[in-house]
Amino acid sequence: MSETNKLLKEIMSGSPLRIALSVLLGFVIGSIFMAVFNENVVATYETFFSYPGLTFQVAIQTVVDGYVALFNGSIINLSADNPVSMFRPITETLRLAAPLIMAGLGVALGFRVGLFNVGGTGQLIMGLLGATWVSTRFDLPYGLHMIVALVVAVIFAGATGGLVGYLKAKTGAHEVIVTIMMNYIAIDLFTFFLRTPSLLLENGGGGNPKSDPPALTAQFPRLLGDSFGLNIGIILAILAAVVYWWLMERSAIGYRFRMVGHNADAARASGISVERTYVWALAASAAFIGLAAANQGLSATSGLTSSIHANIGFDAITVALLGGSRARGVVIAGLVFGAFKAGSPTMQILGVSPEVLGIIQALIVLFVAAPPLIRAIFKLPKAEVK
Amino acid sequence: MKLELRGITKRFGSLVANENINLVVESGEIRSLLGENGAGKSTLMNVLYGLYQADGGEILLDGKVQAFKGPGDAMAAGIGMVHQHFMLIPVFTVAENVVLGNEPVNSIGGLDLETARARVKEISDRFGFNVDPDALVEDLPVGVQQRVEIIKALSRNAKVLVLDEPTAVLTPQETDELMQIMRELAKSGTSIIFITHKLREVQAVADKITVIRQGKVVGEASPKASASELASLMVGREVDLQVDKAATKPGKVVLSVANVSVLDDRDQRAVDDVSFEVHAGEILAIAGVQGNGQTELSEALLGLRQALKGSGEISLDGHNLSSLSVRKHLEAGIGYVPEDRKKDGLVSEFSIAENFMLNGSFAKPFAKGINIDFAARDEIAAKLIKEFDVRTQSAETPAGKLSGGNQQKVVVARELSRDVKLLIASQPTRGVDVGSIEFIHERIVAERDSGRAVILISTELDEVLALADRIAVMYRGRIVGIVDAKTSRETLGKMMAGVAA
Repeated sequence: MSETNKLLKEIMSGSPLRIALSVLLGFVIGSIFMAVFNENVVATYETFFSYPGLTFQVAIQTVVDGYVALFNGSIINLSADNPVSMFRPITETLRLAAPLIMAGLGVALGFRVGLFNVGGTGQLIMGLLGATWVSTRFDLPYGLHMIVALVVAVIFAGATGGLVGYLKAKTGAHEVIVTIMMNYIAIDLFTFFLRTPSLLLENGGGGNPKSDPPALTAQFPRLLGDSFGLNIGIILAILAAVVYWWLMERSAIGYRFRMVGHNADAARASGISVERTYVWALAASAAFIGLAAANQGLSATSGLTSSIHANIGFDAITVALLGGSRARGVVIAGLVFGAFKAGSPTMQILGVSPEVLGIIQALIVLFVAAPPLIRAIFKLPKAEVK
Repeated sequence: MKLELRGITKRFGSLVANENINLVVESGEIRSLLGENGAGKSTLMNVLYGLYQADGGEILLDGKVQAFKGPGDAMAAGIGMVHQHFMLIPVFTVAENVVLGNEPVNSIGGLDLETARARVKEISDRFGFNVDPDALVEDLPVGVQQRVEIIKALSRNAKVLVLDEPTAVLTPQETDELMQIMRELAKSGTSIIFITHKLREVQAVADKITVIRQGKVVGEASPKASASELASLMVGREVDLQVDKAATKPGKVVLSVANVSVLDDRDQRAVDDVSFEVHAGEILAIAGVQGNGQTELSEALLGLRQALKGSGEISLDGHNLSSLSVRKHLEAGIGYVPEDRKKDGLVSEFSIAENFMLNGSFAKPFAKGINIDFAARDEIAAKLIKEFDVRTQSAETPAGKLSGGNQQKVVVARELSRDVKLLIASQPTRGVDVGSIEFIHERIVAERDSGRAVILISTELDEVLALADRIAVMYRGRIVGIVDAKTSRETLGKMMAGVAA
C-alpha cells in the first residue's frame, strides 16, 4: 500500500477526541495571533515589567471580544436591536456553508476511494461555466430553468472529474497532477469564455471578463424573504449529504468504491475493475462539486467573474479532512467553516484581521491531518492502523 | 557460548507477547523453538536481538547480564540472526555483502576487499559452505543466499545464531544441506536457536525442543517425541495430523490449460509453456519452491494476469477463458483462495460480514438492486461464522483484528460458499494455526468429494502429500512433471530442483 493511502486512512480514522483537540488547539494558537499584535495590547508593552497583569488582562479581553464577535457574526447577534439583524448571522452561516458542504462531500468521496481530488477548483469552474451558460443564454420557464442549469453544472463538473479518472485509468497519470493542471485550464477557459462576446461576455460589456447575471427564472429561490440571503442551497446541501450517506454506506456501488479505497488488490481479485472504479469515483466526486458550482452560479444576482469560485474547491479539501470524509462530519465541518466565513467581517470591524480565521482554519486541518503531531502534544495512544 | 533468558516478559499495550520466559541454551546446542504463528517466538528473538526492550527479565551470556540497546549491541556480544527475509543487497558480491556495515579499510580509508574475500573464504572452507566470495548475490540460488547470511553472522563472531524459519524458501535437498551446516556449526561450539513450525525438521536436527504457546513456555520435549505429541503440545489439545480421504473418483475434465505462458511484473517469462488438466473430483497439487511461477500461474487462472498472447489456452468446462475479465472468471465458476490473504483475499478494515461479500456485490443474495441487502448479509455472515468456526465476537469485527487462522477461515468460507466448479487454493494454510489447518484441509477434501475440481498450490511438501491426488512440480516456470501422489519425497525433492522424474 502506498504511503499516501496509509496516511489518508489514518486521517480518516480520526477519533472525535483528536478532532476536538485539534479545534481547541487551533483556537488557542489563533488567540495568540489576535492578542500579541493587537494595538491595545501593544500599548501595554511599555509598562509590561511594572504592570504585567495589565497586559494579560487586555490580551484576554481582546481575545474574548474577538471570539464574541465571531459568535455575533456567525450565530446570533446579541447586540442587535431588531430580529432581522439578530438572526441574520446564522442564516449567513448556513448560506456560506452550503457550497462548502457540497464540495466537501465531493472531495470526501474521493478520499474514501483512495483518490486525492485536489481539482475541486477546476471542476467547480467547469460546472460554473455550464450553469452560467444555461442561466444567461437560455430562456426557460421559472423553476425548470434552474433545474436545467443545475443539472448541466453537475454534468459539466462530473465529466471533468471523469476525464481525470479516465486519464488515470488509461495512462496511470496521478490524479493530483492531472487535477492541478485541470485547475489552470478551467480557470483560463472560463475567463476566455467570459471575455468572448459570442460566448459568455455580458451584453454590451466592455473589456472586463464578466457575464450577465443569471436569469431570474434560474436563480435559487430564497427561503426567508428578501431580508435574508439564505436560499435553497442549504437544503440541497443537506440532501446531497443524505445521498452521499446512502451511496457510501448503503449502496453496492459505494461498497465497491470503499473496497477499492482500502485494498485495490483485493478488489481486483474480487472481480472489480479498479480502473473503471477510478473513473466513476472521480466523476461522482466532481458531480458533488458541480452542485457547489450551481450554488455559486445561481445564487448570484449580479454578473459573474471568475473569482466566483471563491476558493471553495480548496476549502472543500479542508472540510473533507475535518469531517473525516463521513456525511455527518462533512456537514458539521462545512457549518464550522461557513461560520468562520460569516463571522470574519464582524471580527474585522473589531480590528481583528480576518486572515486570523484563515490561519485557525488551516491549523485545525493541519492538526487533524498530522495525527502523530496532535498525539504527541496531548499524549494520546496511537490509533491502530492495520 | 551459553545463553540464558530469565523471566523475559514483553507486553504490547494490554497484549502480553512473552510472559516470564526462561530458556537456557548450552554452548554447541541446537535448540528448536516450536510454536504456532503468533505464539511469541519472533517477539522473544527480537528481544534477544535488541530490537525490542523487554518489560521484565534479563538476558545472560556465559553468566553475565547483558543490556542490549539495539541490534548493534547484540551483534557485538556475539548474537547473530538470519531473518526469514534475507537482508542482502542483490547487486553486491558475497564479500561486499558480508562486510557491509563492518567494512575492513586499508590505510587510506578505502574498502579492503582482499580482507573481506579472505574472511568469506575462511568461513566457507571451515564449514564446507562452498560459497564463491566474488559471486553476485542476485545470481545465487536462495539456499546459497541463506548461507551468505550465515557467513555474515559468523564473520562477526556470532556465538549464538538465531535462524528464523530458515527452511521456508528451501527445497528439501537444500533443507538437508542446511541441517548439515547447523550440525557442523554446533560441533564447533556455536549455539543455535532454530525457529520453525515444521515438525519433521525439528525432529531431525534439534537437541532439545522448547514449545511456546500464547507467549508462555508450555514445555520441553525431546526430538524423539512423535509428531502428533509435538503438535498437541504446540496447540494445547489432541491433534490429528492425518487427513482422512477416500480414493479419488475423477470425473470429466473441468479445467484444461494448454501451452500457457505468463509474464511477471518485470516482463520475465514466469510461467513457461505449461499444460495440465484437472478433473472433477480430484485435487491436483502444484508443488515447488516458492517463486517458481506458481503465483503467476494462479493469477493467470483467475484472469488477474493475462496469459501471453498466442501462447495457449485456458478453458473451464470447454469454454475458453482467455482475455475475459476477473469477474467473468469468477462468474464462470472459479473459487480463489489467494496465497497472500492480506493483500488479495481480505479488506482488513472491512467487517467480517463485509468481507464475505467481496466478490458478491453485483448480485443476489448480497445485493438487492443497487442496495446492499443487509438482512441477507447478516444472515449469511452468521451462518458462515458458525459453519467455519470463525472465532470472533461479532460479524462486525474488522477482519484485520482476527488471527491469521481466522482470517483464512473467512476467505475459505467465502470461496467455498459460492457454487464453483473449480477451487484454486494457493498456500491455503500459510501462517495458519494447526487447529485451523486441520479444518481447512478437511474442507478442501470435502470440496473434492462433492465433485469439484481443486488445484492446491503449496510450497509445503507435507501439505501436498497429505491432500493431493496428483502432483505437478513446477521449477523455473515449467512443469517438470506430473506424478502420482504416492511418489517419494526424495523424487519430489529432486523434481523441485529441476530434475525430471
